[in-house]
Amino acid sequence: MLKRKDLLGLIDASASEITEILDLAEEFKNRIKKGEKKMSYLEGKTATILFYENSTRTRTSFEEAAKYLGATTINIVAGNSSVAKGETLVDTGKTLDAQRNDFIVMRHPIGGAPYLLAKTVQASVLNAGDGMNEHPTQALLDMLTMREVFGSLKGLKVAILGDIKHSRVAKSNLFGLKTMGAEVTMYAPETLIPKGIDQLGAKLCKTRQEALDGADVVMGLRIQLERQQAGAFPSLGEYAANYGVDKRILEYAKPNAIVLHPGPVNRGVELTSDVIDHERSHIEDQVLSGVAVRMAALTLLNEARKA
Amino acid sequence: MIIRNGNVVLKNSVEKKDILIENGKIVKISDNIPANGDKEIDAAGKHVFPGLIDMHVHLREPGFEKKEDIESGAKAAVKGGFTQVCCMPNTNPVVDNKVVVTYIKAREKEVNLCKIHPIGAITKGLKGEEMAGIASMKKAGAVAISDDGVTVKNARLMRLAMEYAKGFDIKCLCHCEDKDLVDGGVVHEGLSATIAGLKGIPRAAEDVIIAREISLAETLDAEVHICHVSTYSGVRMIRDAKRAGVKVTAETCPHYYTFTDEIIRTYDTNTKVNPPIREEIDKQAILEGLKDGTLDCIVTDHAPHHADDKNVEYNYAAFGISGIETSFGFAITNLYKAGVLSLPEIADKMSYNPAKILGLDGGEIKEGGVADITIADLDEKWTIEPEKFVSKGKNNPFKGYELFGAVKYTIVDGEIKYQA
Repeated sequence: MLKRKDLLGLIDASASEITEILDLAEEFKNRIKKGEKKMSYLEGKTATILFYENSTRTRTSFEEAAKYLGATTINIVAGNSSVAKGETLVDTGKTLDAQRNDFIVMRHPIGGAPYLLAKTVQASVLNAGDGMNEHPTQALLDMLTMREVFGSLKGLKVAILGDIKHSRVAKSNLFGLKTMGAEVTMYAPETLIPKGIDQLGAKLCKTRQEALDGADVVMGLRIQLERQQAGAFPSLGEYAANYGVDKRILEYAKPNAIVLHPGPVNRGVELTSDVIDHERSHIEDQVLSGVAVRMAALTLLNEARKA
Repeated sequence: MIIRNGNVVLKNSVEKKDILIENGKIVKISDNIPANGDKEIDAAGKHVFPGLIDMHVHLREPGFEKKEDIESGAKAAVKGGFTQVCCMPNTNPVVDNKVVVTYIKAREKEVNLCKIHPIGAITKGLKGEEMAGIASMKKAGAVAISDDGVTVKNARLMRLAMEYAKGFDIKCLCHCEDKDLVDGGVVHEGLSATIAGLKGIPRAAEDVIIAREISLAETLDAEVHICHVSTYSGVRMIRDAKRAGVKVTAETCPHYYTFTDEIIRTYDTNTKVNPPIREEIDKQAILEGLKDGTLDCIVTDHAPHHADDKNVEYNYAAFGISGIETSFGFAITNLYKAGVLSLPEIADKMSYNPAKILGLDGGEIKEGGVADITIADLDEKWTIEPEKFVSKGKNNPFKGYELFGAVKYTIVDGEIKYQA
């Protein structure tokens, strides 16, 4: 059983904790597929979804997960609340606590912000992405997909390409996958690789071929236009030509390799359309896994609260 | 006053002596000074240092009295063993004219604890656009000039300021930070920043300006002082420059010689300081620089903040550590007890060299010298409890850290200003 108040990252998650979440997520996924969408694990509980950054899929995924479990959900978008009037995160947290929230799901542009909130509130905090730090439920859903396809995470080879420096998804995946015994290779322009990432167990590669060689999973990360504007690489065209994955490049991976991307995808930049729409791409059918993983995380944290 | 039986830290030795003080001066240093009816301090088993001088503090007054004021800062200073402090000009209004310098000197007299020396701004409003009234500030009591908190971005203006200041025998204290390279960073760029997911500040952000200031000083045959050195590469450049005869001096702070950037991983915003706490290689180089004389002074860069400025997300938190009450303890624990520096060397870094660099009276226990004295028990162990600081700034990340070296008396001009 999870022995934690909050799910802030995978940096300190053990293999048994990750396995427990994935097992329960698998169960939820099967039940949803059978049409079961009303469960009572979180009946009488309140989950506030507090987003300081725009997001469609993560926010709706958490909201759906909480609703399937029977919780009441409250949506706070930072732009149109007291937050916009300059209320501090600590004060917002105290207010949410006073309103007897059981869960706060937060996305925030600054790394570590969920740690500050978690320290402040009684509610369980779930990190839905904090700056360049972590996005644990995204990594868990990626791992769920990998486990479904390959049966186990142990020994898998996962190649991550793209803006690794600013990617909380890459970091959470790296932490989780290493804990589960998978191998992680990375390839990106030097300007988009964070210092010391190799010391965390990632193998930095010199070419796409080296990164993809024998890979079971190829994960593309979104390249934001603002990175190019900030001078991290000269143009999207040059990026695509040197760091993008097309069907030809994908051939370096294992024949049964799958393609993942946390979205939203820039078609023709990180991945070409023929890769995105490839039969081995799992980008679209990950949506249900996302809901299931978040249901599992909420349910297990709720049990930890009861204990 | 007679200070009896203390282990007196002289320029080159530590000797058990009595010290006779009259009219604010040290009159005699010898064995068995006869009692004269004046107050006596029994310093047996304790060490008697020249009054400590911190040439880099922020007292926040005028303008930011919520963080600190001259009185609370001075109380903290004497508690920390400091008899003289030099306060940086990034107040509101900025210390960029003689009126603000005069105000601080007036407050120094009102508060009447330690000596307070204002540092004037290099440029008006710290904007880096035009020179501040350097000569008039000096006449009003400013002891140096600095745009601390920012670098004078325009190298031509910095050159002119350094050149102009030479004529008034006033030194530029340079905060070295290339903002383009900082690029919004909040911690040292390295493994810890990556683990925490916080934006890093590369060493080069500091180093390129250290290199620039050294180059300007060499070209102009001017004197320059480098503030709060935090990088190994910065230490190396300063060492090389000194060997080549460039008139450069430099300072560092306790947090740079004691800690590494791993401490940021808890997201404790009290660890956020500019320049950032760096890696083991930097810490070792700074210890080496202190040892071989590359780094002349230890300062605190005492930067008090209100809890409201720190109890926020890491990126939003203010930079700075409230450190004036812990600096002496760090020096005794991590430099003296650790075998890095002798006691006379610590007195050099924390008193003699700052006095010499800025032309202040003091810095040495000698007959005829000013009676600025710090008496401490070097074997007394104590624990850092920021909530008990007398400074308004409780922003110190080293809560619970155990230190040797407890200040017992701080004496300014022969008067006891602090007694434990």
